Amino acid sequence: MSRASDAAPSSGRPGPRRLVVLGAGTAGTMLANRMARRLDDDWEITVVEPAAAHHYQPGYLLLPFGGYRPGQLQRPVADCLDARARLVCREVDHVAAADHQVVLTDGGQLPYDYLVVATGVTPRPDQVPGLLDDRVWRSSAHEFYTLDGALALRTALEQFQGGRVLVHVAEMPIKCPVAPLELTFLLDDRFRRLGHRGDLHLTYVTPLSGAFTKPVASERLGGMLAARGIDLETDFVVDRVDPEARTLLSYDGRELPFDLLVTVPPNLGADFVARSRLGDELNLVPVDPGTFLAKGHDDVFAIGDACDIPTSKAGSVAHFTIDVFVENFLEHVAGRPMTHAFDGHANCFVESGAGKALLLDFNYDTQPLPGTYPLPRLGPFHLLEETRVNHWGKLAFRWAYWNVLLPGRPLPLPSHMSMAGKQPEKAEA
Amino acid sequence: MTITTIAGHDVHVDVEGFLTSYDEWDEELAYALAAQIGLGLTPRHLSVLQFLRADFSEHGETATLRRVTAGTGVPTRELFALFPVKPAKKMAYVAGLPKPRGCV
Repeated sequence: MSRASDAAPSSGRPGPRRLVVLGAGTAGTMLANRMARRLDDDWEITVVEPAAAHHYQPGYLLLPFGGYRPGQLQRPVADCLDARARLVCREVDHVAAADHQVVLTDGGQLPYDYLVVATGVTPRPDQVPGLLDDRVWRSSAHEFYTLDGALALRTALEQFQGGRVLVHVAEMPIKCPVAPLELTFLLDDRFRRLGHRGDLHLTYVTPLSGAFTKPVASERLGGMLAARGIDLETDFVVDRVDPEARTLLSYDGRELPFDLLVTVPPNLGADFVARSRLGDELNLVPVDPGTFLAKGHDDVFAIGDACDIPTSKAGSVAHFTIDVFVENFLEHVAGRPMTHAFDGHANCFVESGAGKALLLDFNYDTQPLPGTYPLPRLGPFHLLEETRVNHWGKLAFRWAYWNVLLPGRPLPLPSHMSMAGKQPEKAEA
Repeated sequence: MTITTIAGHDVHVDVEGFLTSYDEWDEELAYALAAQIGLGLTPRHLSVLQFLRADFSEHGETATLRRVTAGTGVPTRELFALFPVKPAKKMAYVAGLPKPRGCV
C-alpha cells in the first residue's frame, strides 16, 4: 500500500497528513512528543510557539522565597520537543477554521488536517484598572505567575519589613488555583521563621465564598488559614486598585488597604482565539469535556488550560488528559467514534509551610477527599493532610516534569481518578 | 429537595430556596422570587434574566458575571446596582437557575 493511499481516509489529499499544535507549554509539548511516537510516517507534526524558553511554571511559587535559581526553571523550547516535530517560532494571527489553516502574524500560512489549540491562559493585569499604575506595579503590587513577576516579588520580599499584605485572586478560573493559598502559607511561614510574624497583617482575598471551591477542601484549607491567624475576605469582586491610596476596592464598596499586594490577575486565553471566533468570554475554547473536540468543529481540538473543561487549570490535568486524548485522536482520524472519555482527573500538591504539603486528588464528579495516594493505606502521599513526604513529592516533581512528563514517557499513575485509598467517611467526621 | 408555593406556583427548591426544576420558571414567578429578596424588577432586570435563561438552556450552567456582561452589554457595576451585594447569586435565584458553581 502506498503512503498516499494510507493518507486517504479523511484528508482526500495526496501527501502527508498534517497535525498542527499551537503552543509548546505543558500540554502542547507532551502532546507533540507523544504523537511523534504514535503517529506513523504519513504524518507531519508542526508546533507553533513564539517563545524561546519552556518554563517550569510550578517553580514560580518557591522562587520569591529563594527556592530556585531562574536557570532551573527554563529550557529551550526546541530541546523539549521530539526531533520529529517541526518547530515554527512565530506568532499566530488567527485560525481560519473554514479554510483549515493557521495564519501567522508575518502572513505565513500553515494548512492543517487536524489542529490542537494548546496556548493556555495568561494572567492579564490590564484587566484590573489601576493595577499597572507606575506608583504600585511591581513595587507594592505584584503577581507571581510569570518569571519576571516572581523575581520582582522576591526582591520586594527581601526588602519588606512588615505591614498589611493582601494575597488576592481577581476572578476564577485561574491556573493552579491552589497556588495563591500556598503563597499565603509560605508568607506566613517565612515571617514566623524570621520572628516577625507579629509585624504582618495577612489577608487572603477571594471572589469565592470560601478558601477554595470544593466543600471538604475549602473547609480544611479555611481552617488552616484561621489556625495561622490569616484573615479571609470572601465574595470579593474586584473593581479596581487605587494606586494613590494603595487600596483594593470591590464592587460592593469594600476598601482594603495594603502595603504589599500579591494578586492573581484574571486569566485569559490567547487573543488569537478571540480573533478566530473560537473562544468564549475568557477566550477559552469550548470543547466536549470527554474528548476535547472543539464544539462545532470536526478537526479542531483544544487541550490544557486553553479549553473550557470544568476542572482545575493545572499541569496534572494536561498530563492525565494526554493518554485519553491520544487514543481518541487515533480513533477519530481513522474515521471511528472516540471511545475514551476524560473524567476531569486533577491532582495538586499544596505547600503549607514548615516543609510540609497537602495533596488533593479529584475529578469532575468527586471532590478532594481525605485518604492516601496512590496506594490505599501505603500512600506514600496523604490526601488533604500536611506531611513532609507530600512536600518532598512536590520538590521531586520538577525532575519528573523535565525527564518523564514533557518527553511524553509514561508515569506509573492511572489517568482516571481512583477511589482506592480515599476515605469519604473521614470527610464527614 | 422540597416543594414550596410561591405566588400560587408549586415549585421544587433546594435548601437555599433555589429552583431545582428549571422548567417551572416563568416571568411571573421571577417577580415573586425577586420580591422574596426585596427586589422590584425593571425591564433592565428582565433583559439580564432572559439572557441567563437562554444561556443556561444552551450551556447547562449558570453564566458568570463576566459572561453576563459580555452577553448583555450590562457593565459589572450596573449588575451590582440591579442585584445588590451578591449579583451572581441573586441573578441565579431570580432566574430560577442553580447557584453559580464556584469554578475549580
